[in-house]
Amino acid sequence: MTDLNSLTIAEARDKLRSGETSSIELTEACLSKIEGAGALGAFVHHTPKLAREQAKAADARIAGGDAPAMCGIPLGIKDLFCTKGVASQAGSAILDGFTPEYESTVSQNLFDAGSVMLGKLNMDEFAMGSSNETSVYGNAVNPWRRGNDDAALTPGGSSGGSASAVAADLCLGATGTDTGGSIRQPAAFVGITGIKPTYGRCSRWGIVAFASSLDQAGPMTKSVRDAAIMLEAMCGHDPKDSTSADIPVPDFEAMLTGDVRGKVIGIPQEYRMDGMPEEIETLWRDGTAMLRDAGAEIRDITLPHTKYALPAYYVIAPAEASSNLARYDGVRYGHRAALSQGEGITEMYEKTRAEGFGPEVKRRVMIGTYVLSAGFYDAYYNRARRVRALIKKDFEDVFADGIDAILTPATPSAAFGLGEMANADPVQMYLNDVFTVTVNLAGLPGISVPAGLDKQGLPLGLQLIGRPWEEGDLLNTAYALESAAGFVAKPAKWW
Amino acid sequence: MSIDTQTAAKVAKLARIRVEDEDLPALAQEFNDILGFIEQLNEVDVEGVEPMTSVTPMRLPRRQDVVNDGDQQQKVLANAPDAREGFFAVPKVVE
Repeated sequence: MTDLNSLTIAEARDKLRSGETSSIELTEACLSKIEGAGALGAFVHHTPKLAREQAKAADARIAGGDAPAMCGIPLGIKDLFCTKGVASQAGSAILDGFTPEYESTVSQNLFDAGSVMLGKLNMDEFAMGSSNETSVYGNAVNPWRRGNDDAALTPGGSSGGSASAVAADLCLGATGTDTGGSIRQPAAFVGITGIKPTYGRCSRWGIVAFASSLDQAGPMTKSVRDAAIMLEAMCGHDPKDSTSADIPVPDFEAMLTGDVRGKVIGIPQEYRMDGMPEEIETLWRDGTAMLRDAGAEIRDITLPHTKYALPAYYVIAPAEASSNLARYDGVRYGHRAALSQGEGITEMYEKTRAEGFGPEVKRRVMIGTYVLSAGFYDAYYNRARRVRALIKKDFEDVFADGIDAILTPATPSAAFGLGEMANADPVQMYLNDVFTVTVNLAGLPGISVPAGLDKQGLPLGLQLIGRPWEEGDLLNTAYALESAAGFVAKPAKWW
Repeated sequence: MSIDTQTAAKVAKLARIRVEDEDLPALAQEFNDILGFIEQLNEVDVEGVEPMTSVTPMRLPRRQDVVNDGDQQQKVLANAPDAREGFFAVPKVVE
């Protein structure tokens, strides 16, 4: 029999409904696995007491007979989500000791559906990073290794703890957030599914802000079906987020037919990067063939401004971050620096922020400050926003020509070693997001699906990009790809 | 556009992040690396293109101008490093 913690959400739901297992049993199975998985650095705040209370309540609700699909499902929650009465630090020292008095809308939606929170998950500080190495808690570690090599690999970032926890079966699913690829890149690095929905699908209320025009929450799960189930529970209109979409949330799971006959899949030539590893190229070609064999029409397309997405992102995201992170001033919450005799409020701000922020966060806040400063606003910030409009138009043009979804690699490589990028300049790390960042700039839904292993035995993912608000159709295409790829590999336990 | 240590110091000041003098040259170099990467944007013809303000074409919703929240002084102050008599306390601002 499969361990309860290894179940998918869909399997667990069915077993809960049939009475074959209980939420308490599922929750205990996960809690005991978490206890033995300290080496992964995935869970950073543990909430076993809350989890057991929620599981008990979920079992009562399931016994009552009308429980929603997510009822009784044990989850991990990324540390970026404010959770009432539970430490929420966004992986930063500056929020040390912060215990929110309120619940984020997304986690509240999951709790309203009966889900169980096992604890909070590691992440790059303020979601700024692609390797989970900027976290105040230390690294999260990928459960996968290169063959018999015991070098620790990154689970990706920023949702590295979420990726590691789901891949290692410490929980049935986890929340992630994605500003430039922070759900899809880590999902690809650990062989799981991760979807970033259309901007506005998930409320941003109560999620610590990084770049407000790009941030979106989404689920990280063991299958496409699970992503459909969990995403539906996370979504919905929220008046507390002015950019939250007031449109109905469909039954995503019901849209998973696996039938993609007649769908038109675009293959963008600009995503064929110089120096891209042969294995990524092969994976992409194989994925294309799988969708063609499933009855989809494959069409070469062009997204001419792709090359400018990363530089535009590295103006817009730091600019918004510099504004959003101005609130960490040592006055209302979190860390405040000790002051010496004669130091005043300016010294308090400067010392507090110097002590509380890590190097990558400081770098981005200052870059953002620079591009927004007098004399450079037009040259950098406004230019980047114009380029962003062109990137979005690239997508609108291909969708207008009848493209239903776009297939690309999820990442330019498999997971790399922790510390391997330590001496690279920051731009090298930023290149991790080269295939994912366009989707955030255009506000589109994107999903990463595990599709194969490289020659060292590490998972590789493919990305599908969909039309705005058509997550159901996108999930269905991903479901067809998942079925054809038949990815079932699991990391061998070493932790 | 090359950033010198003086500009780096000015940016750090604007961002209210203390940077020690000996760290300024390395910081300036990092800025130059990142801005060098961003310079590519100058290759794009953006003539006549409006800067994007919202990724989804939408009007921000309006709400009634009425009080719908409040009376949460204790909750608001609960996480403050220094709260006194119902206020956030900070070092003296006005002489």
